[in-house]
Amino acid sequence: MEKRNHKAWLYLAPALVFLGLFLVYPLIDVFIFSLEEGYNFASQTSFGTGLYNFSYVLHDPYFLQALKNTFILVLITVPVSTGLALLISVGLASIKKLRNLFQTIYFLPYVTNTLAVGLVFMILFQKTPYSDGFVNLILGFFGVAPIDFIGGPYWAKMLVLCLYTIWVVMPFKVLVLTSALASVKQDYYNAAMVDGTPKWRVFTKITVPMISPTLFYLIITGFIGAFKAYSDAVALFGTNLNAAEMNTIVGYVYDMLYGASGGYPSYASAAAVILFAIVLTITCINLIVSRKHVHYS
Amino acid sequence: MNKKPNRLGHTAGKTVTYALLILWGLLVLFPFYWMVLTSLKSYSAYNGEYIPKLFTLSPTLENYATAFTAVPLLDYFVNTVIFTLVTTGLMLIVTVLAAFAFSRLQFPGKDLLFTVVLALMMIPSELVVITNYVTVTDWDLRNTFAGLILPSVTSVFYIYLLRENFSQIPDELYYAAKVDGTSDFKYLWKVMVPICRPTIVTITILKVIECWNSYVWPRLVADEADYFLVSVGIQELRENGFGRENIPGMMAAVVAICVPLIVLFLIFRKKIMAGVARGGTKG
Amino acid sequence: MKVTLQNLTKTFPARGKGKKPVTAVDNFTLEIQDGELLALLGPSGCGKSTTLNLLCGLLEPSSGKLFFGDDDVTKLPAQNRGVGMVFQNYALYPHLTVEQNIRFPLENLKGKDRPTKEQMANKVKEAADLVQIGELLERKPSELSGGQQQRVAIARALVKMPRILLLDEPLSNLDARLRLQTREEIRRIQRATGITTVFVTHDQEEAMSISDRIVVMKDGLLHQAGKPQEVYDDPADLFVAKFLGTPPINTFDGQVKDGKLFLNGAAVLSCDAPDGDVVVAIRPEGFLPGEGSFICCVQRLEVMGRDTSLVCNCPCFTGEHFRVIIDSDDTQKVTGTSVSFGLKPGKVFLFDKETGCRIRCNLGE
Repeated sequence: MEKRNHKAWLYLAPALVFLGLFLVYPLIDVFIFSLEEGYNFASQTSFGTGLYNFSYVLHDPYFLQALKNTFILVLITVPVSTGLALLISVGLASIKKLRNLFQTIYFLPYVTNTLAVGLVFMILFQKTPYSDGFVNLILGFFGVAPIDFIGGPYWAKMLVLCLYTIWVVMPFKVLVLTSALASVKQDYYNAAMVDGTPKWRVFTKITVPMISPTLFYLIITGFIGAFKAYSDAVALFGTNLNAAEMNTIVGYVYDMLYGASGGYPSYASAAAVILFAIVLTITCINLIVSRKHVHYS
Repeated sequence: MNKKPNRLGHTAGKTVTYALLILWGLLVLFPFYWMVLTSLKSYSAYNGEYIPKLFTLSPTLENYATAFTAVPLLDYFVNTVIFTLVTTGLMLIVTVLAAFAFSRLQFPGKDLLFTVVLALMMIPSELVVITNYVTVTDWDLRNTFAGLILPSVTSVFYIYLLRENFSQIPDELYYAAKVDGTSDFKYLWKVMVPICRPTIVTITILKVIECWNSYVWPRLVADEADYFLVSVGIQELRENGFGRENIPGMMAAVVAICVPLIVLFLIFRKKIMAGVARGGTKG
Repeated sequence: MKVTLQNLTKTFPARGKGKKPVTAVDNFTLEIQDGELLALLGPSGCGKSTTLNLLCGLLEPSSGKLFFGDDDVTKLPAQNRGVGMVFQNYALYPHLTVEQNIRFPLENLKGKDRPTKEQMANKVKEAADLVQIGELLERKPSELSGGQQQRVAIARALVKMPRILLLDEPLSNLDARLRLQTREEIRRIQRATGITTVFVTHDQEEAMSISDRIVVMKDGLLHQAGKPQEVYDDPADLFVAKFLGTPPINTFDGQVKDGKLFLNGAAVLSCDAPDGDVVVAIRPEGFLPGEGSFICCVQRLEVMGRDTSLVCNCPCFTGEHFRVIIDSDDTQKVTGTSVSFGLKPGKVFLFDKETGCRIRCNLGE
C-alpha cells in the first residue's frame, strides 16, 4: 500500500485535465488579459501591458451604473434575506404539524429555473397598456396609483429585482438554518427552561450563538452570491440590461465579452478582476468581524 | 402560578407563527400558481382581463400546443436533456476517480494537491468564463455540444464532498479487500461506490439541477437556436419568440420547463434537501 | 504451512519535523509451525499489529525476509499471498449480504483458480457451516450481532482456503460472555481446518487460553516465545513476568546475600545467585500463609469463592499494596493485622534491577 504512485495519477488525470484547462489556466489568463492593452479578438494581438483596461472600465458609466446597482442589491438583499430566513426557520423549528410540508414548499424555488420564474415575476409586476398587472391590483386596494415596476422608475425596478433575488435565495438559507437549528441540543433549551429564561433571551443568548457559524457562513455566501447577481436581472428586464439601467457587474462582464457591445475580453477581464477584488475584500472584512462574534464550539 | 394568560400567550404565539409561515408559503407558491393559471387561460381571455383574475372557468391546453409548435421548445428540451446527461455523466466519472485517489491512494504531494484543489472552490466562475469563452472559440467549439459541456464538467465541490464520504469508509475494508486479492479499481467499483451511493445520488441530482437551469455559459457559447438550452430558449422566446404579447403561451413554456425538476425534487425530496444542506450553493 | 520470519524489521519514516523514525518491529525472528495457533501478545504500540500486517502483506518490511513454507513472500503484495485475515472491526462490506461477503474473495480469483458458480456456492456454504451461520446468509452485516459478524468475517477469511489465517484482536469488540464462547470457537475452527493461524491480542488471558504458543512483544522486540504455561512459569524478563497473569505478579526490592534471598530484612529462601540487590517477583499464588518469615501487613480480605484474595502491604513492595491469592481453607491462618508468608520457590523469580533480565538461579526452602 505504499507505492502505487503512478496509479494515483491515472485516477486523478481526468480531473486534473479538466481543472487545469477550464479553471486554473483561465484563472491565470484572466489576470494577464486584464493587463493587455488594446487586445484584438480577431488577430489575438495586443499593443502592450498596463492598467488602461482598468482605467477604461472604471470610467465607463455603464460599469459605474452596474457597480451602484450591485452594491444596492447586496446591501438590501443580504440582510433582509438572512433575517427573514432566520425568522422563518425559528418559526419552523417551533412547530411540529405541517413542518415537512412547509419545508418542502419553501424549498421549491431552489429547483426552479431562475429565468423561467423571473418571467412570472415580470408579468406579475409589469404594467402594460392592457393591464396594470397583479401587483398593482393589490396596491390599488391600498389606494396606490399603478406603477410600472419593469419599465418605470429606477427605484421601482430595483425593488422588484431585490424582491426576486430574495425569493430566489431564501430556500437555501431557510434549509441551512433549519438544519442548524435542529442540531442545537435540546439540553441547552431544557437548562434554560429550568432557569426560567425568557424566550427572547433564549433566542439571543442561546440559539443565535449556537448557530452563529451557520449564520456567518450564510452571510459570507450571501454576499458572494449577491455580488455575482446577473440572471435574476436578465429574467426580469431582458438581456439588454444597460438600457434598463439594471445591469450588474457580472452583467457588464458578459456584455463586454459578448452581447450588444461585446467583443472586448480585456475590458471584461478587468471588470471581472475588479469584482473578484471586491468580493475578496468583503469576505476578508466578514472574516475579521466574525472573529469577534462567532462562537465555534 | 397563574397559568391561564401563559397558555393564552402560547396559543397567540403559535397562531402568529403559523400565520407567518403560511404567508411565506403563499408568497413562494403564488408565482407557481400564477404561471399554471395563466398557461391555462386562452390568449384572448388573458388579454381581455384588464384586471387579472385569480381563477379561470374555461381552462385550455392550447397554449401548450402553441408552445411546442410555434417555437422549437421541444428541441430546446432535447438539447437540455443531452447537455444535462452527458455533463452529469462525465462529472461523475471524473469526480469518483479523483475522490478515490484523494481518499484512498497514497502518492507524494497528495495533501498539497488536495489543498490546491480545495482553494479552487473559492474561484468564482465569472472569473474564468472569459478565457473559457476565448478557448472554446479558438477550438471552434462554439455552437457545439462539446463547447457547451466540457467547461461545465468539473465541480471541485463534488470532489470534496465525495472524498469526505469515501474517507469515512474504514481503512480495514480496503485492507480486507487487498488481502482478498481485490484490485484498486474493483474495490472502488464494488465496495466504495455502492457504500457511498447516497452521496453519489445526491451529487448527481444537484448536478442535474445545475445543468438544467444553467444559463450564462450556454448563452455565451451557443447563439444558434439549434443549440439553445431551455433557459436560453425561454429568454429568446420572451424577446423574439411568438410575439411579446403571447403571455399564456410563454407561461405554458415556463411550466413545461419547470415541471421536470419539480417532479425530480418531489421524488428525491429528502436526498436533495440533505445534499443542499451539506453545503451546496445555487449555481 | 510453516511460516518463517527472518530478522524482520519495519521502520516508519518520521512524521513531522524533529520527530524520529519509528521502528515498529525490530529484528524479529520466529518460526511458526504448520497448523500451529500462535498468539502475538503485547501492550498497545508493541508492534504486534505491524507484525501481522507484514505477514499479510499490507506492509512491506524495511529489511529481513518472510517465508511461507519455502516460498520467499517478502516482496509479494497482499493480494498474491493467499492469506485470510479477520480484522478487528471485521471489515464486512456493509452493502453486501453475508453470502456476498463470504463469496467476495472467491470472485477475485482469476483464470483457472476461479471456481465455477456452483463451486463458489458450495465453498460459501461450507465456510458458513463451519462457523455455524448457515441460516444468516441473506442478511446484511448491520442486521447481525457482534458475535455473528465475527463469524462471518472468519468465514470470509477461510473460504478461499488460505495458506495462513490472521486475526487482529479478534475478541476485542465482543462482550465478556461472547468472548469466552468465541475464543473456544476460534480454537475449534482452527483445529478443524488445520490452518496455520496467527492472532494478535493485548489480553494475556485470551492468548494463554487457546494458543499453542504465545509470543510476547514490547517496543517492536520479541521478548519471549513459547507454550503459554512455559512462558508463565519461566518468564525471560521482568516485562514478560509482569505482563502475564491476573492478578499481576508482585514485585519487591530484595537482596541476595550469602546464598540467601532477603526480603524485608528476613531471609526467605535459599538462593545460589551472586550477591546484590535484585527485583523479586512473586506470583499471587506463590504465598503460603502462616508458614514462613516474610511478614506483611494485611489490609483486607476479599472472598472470591474458591479462592480468597488478600490485600497486603510491606515496606519492600514497589507499589502501594499487593494481592495474594490463597486457598479459602487457609483463611483461618490469617488473623490480626499482620501475617507471615512462606514462599513457593517455583513462583518466585529474580530479575536484574537495571536491565530487568532474569537472574537464573536455584531457589529453595
